Amino acid sequence: MTNRINQLLTQTSNHILSIYFTAGYPNLNDTMKITERLELSGVNMIEIGMPYSDPVADGPIIQATSEKALQNGMSVSILFEQIKDLRQKVKIPILLMGYVNPFLQYGAENFLKKASEIGIDGLIIPDLPLELYQEEFESMFHKYNIKNIFLITPQSTDERIRKIDSISSSFIYVVASFSITGTKFGIEAQQESYFKRIVDLKLKNPTVVGFGINDKNSFEKTCKYSNGAIIGSSFLKHIEKNDITLDAIKSFVKGIKE
Amino acid sequence: MTKTMETNVYQVNEKGFYGDFGGAFVPEMLYPNIEELRKTYLSIINESAFQEELNILLKDYVGRPTPLNFAKRLSEKYQTQVYLKREDLCHTGAHKINNTLGQILLAKRLGKKRIIAKTGAGQHGVATATVCALMGFECVIYMGEIDIERQNPNVQRMKMLGATIRPATCGSRTLKDATNEAMRDWIANPVDTHYIIGSVVGPHPYPDLVARFQAIISEEIGIQLKEKTGNPDPTHIIACVGGGSNAAGAFYHYLDKKNVKLIAAEAAGQGVNSGYSAATTFLGKKGVLHGSRTLLMQTQDGQVVEPHSISAGLDYPGIGPMHANLFESGRAQFVDITDDESLKAAILLSRIEGIIPALETAHAIACLEKIKFSPNDIVVINLSGRGDKDLNTYIKSGIIDQKNE
Repeated sequence: MTNRINQLLTQTSNHILSIYFTAGYPNLNDTMKITERLELSGVNMIEIGMPYSDPVADGPIIQATSEKALQNGMSVSILFEQIKDLRQKVKIPILLMGYVNPFLQYGAENFLKKASEIGIDGLIIPDLPLELYQEEFESMFHKYNIKNIFLITPQSTDERIRKIDSISSSFIYVVASFSITGTKFGIEAQQESYFKRIVDLKLKNPTVVGFGINDKNSFEKTCKYSNGAIIGSSFLKHIEKNDITLDAIKSFVKGIKE
Repeated sequence: MTKTMETNVYQVNEKGFYGDFGGAFVPEMLYPNIEELRKTYLSIINESAFQEELNILLKDYVGRPTPLNFAKRLSEKYQTQVYLKREDLCHTGAHKINNTLGQILLAKRLGKKRIIAKTGAGQHGVATATVCALMGFECVIYMGEIDIERQNPNVQRMKMLGATIRPATCGSRTLKDATNEAMRDWIANPVDTHYIIGSVVGPHPYPDLVARFQAIISEEIGIQLKEKTGNPDPTHIIACVGGGSNAAGAFYHYLDKKNVKLIAAEAAGQGVNSGYSAATTFLGKKGVLHGSRTLLMQTQDGQVVEPHSISAGLDYPGIGPMHANLFESGRAQFVDITDDESLKAAILLSRIEGIIPALETAHAIACLEKIKFSPNDIVVINLSGRGDKDLNTYIKSGIIDQKNE
């Protein structure tokens, strides 16, 4: 079965730009507008964040946008309704990122089935433990052709990284620093040695770097060692200031990619 | 073989679960921290040198064993035999220090230099700041902005002990938000920092680690009750449950003794169905909160609901996985106690026994009104903390000016 993430990674091996935004922010019904405009702006992949009340792996910016989105009334069901015609409009790979509790409350199988029908390509659920994924969910993800994306961090041992590589079949999400999203911007020398370590492991999966990537400079630096990068908090800050018009979104993407 | 299995029903299993509850639902960023603890905690805390150091400090510094106090007038009033396990007499005024002392000795052996913690009522924060001062560790305490306001004396105590207080300003600005902030700090500082969780919540091995350090409570109850009555087993043990650390400690050695009934008092706030409650077993469903699968108050969409209780220490939307299992299996009885009922119990205990209890503890005392005990029952109530910190709430409630009945 083909999957848009894998197609992208086969066609493009470098400078993949993935943008994260929180569904339901700034307004409840902005989800499709932002998604379409990101594609028109030349982004390669999109992560739609499902807001959660207790986002422990995220920093203050994503916590604040999540809070606002929840106040706006966003929920998993509403999100699925908003994006039900996604594939009539958008061609690039789309991932959903969120926390395990809403996923479980919706019902794991229901969630994956619905996401698959809509044309979602992957999920990122930071607090779904690898071991539990293998025991309870791996076969379901395969059945619905949804890729589960795992994170690795500077603290991950080589052994752990190899284990994650062995059960991944799209890309590995490389957490850039000892941090949470949107707190430590910039790429430091210490991180470069961590990126080199990952390159030297010669993993079978491509890698995409996230957490702390906020501008052209940090994007270029990470692309030296990986297939691309994910930007979230800094995009959210940009739309908070400049709105979600096509021009505003284009200017952000241009600032990174050109 | 069967016997081993039976005696382990209520304890954590090798995978970190209590029945369906528990586990370690942590982002990969926390995996190394949690793994380090999981792999080392049992061997470290079972070392004889560790035990010896801990026991000396528990005796000389905390003031253990805490008394088991026969409450004569309370017993007469309720026509039964009530014993109070006086954790309020621990150094710092609550049971919390049993755990923080154990964990700081563990942190020392793990080579950590810096301690972080989150606190609701401030009792755990004070207990953490205290042991950090004692052992010379840097100490950062996360606390919800609202809790900082309502627990000002404890905030000042922590500062006096040299701790840095960082307010949690997002969400409900109470305990659960402070928990998020503390987890983020740990993610950002994985190497030199140990996170002292103060309750039997969080990812495995924390619930088990904290329960083991609090188990001294039930160990002493057994010894003291045997001295007083000839039998180490009470008929009932009552404790309040927010996350549930004092209850875990009071229940620990009795978990497998079915002849001892376990009673957990939950904070019903303004009433279980009022929309302002923290009674998790009544209102919660299975889900994942702060790293473990447990019962938690949540919306249909799986968002965590903001709880309410007059008591900051019980104002938590979940309960420890051990307690979720005790509830599901029917091993413990859960009783809902409202804000008003806890206030009445607080004034009662003050007037009838000369003990001003913490608001959390008052929820346990209030169970005497709700459950009919027999004259021959031996009812041990875990008096988890003293009430000085709640004086403002007691004053505002107006109960202080009530005349004796």
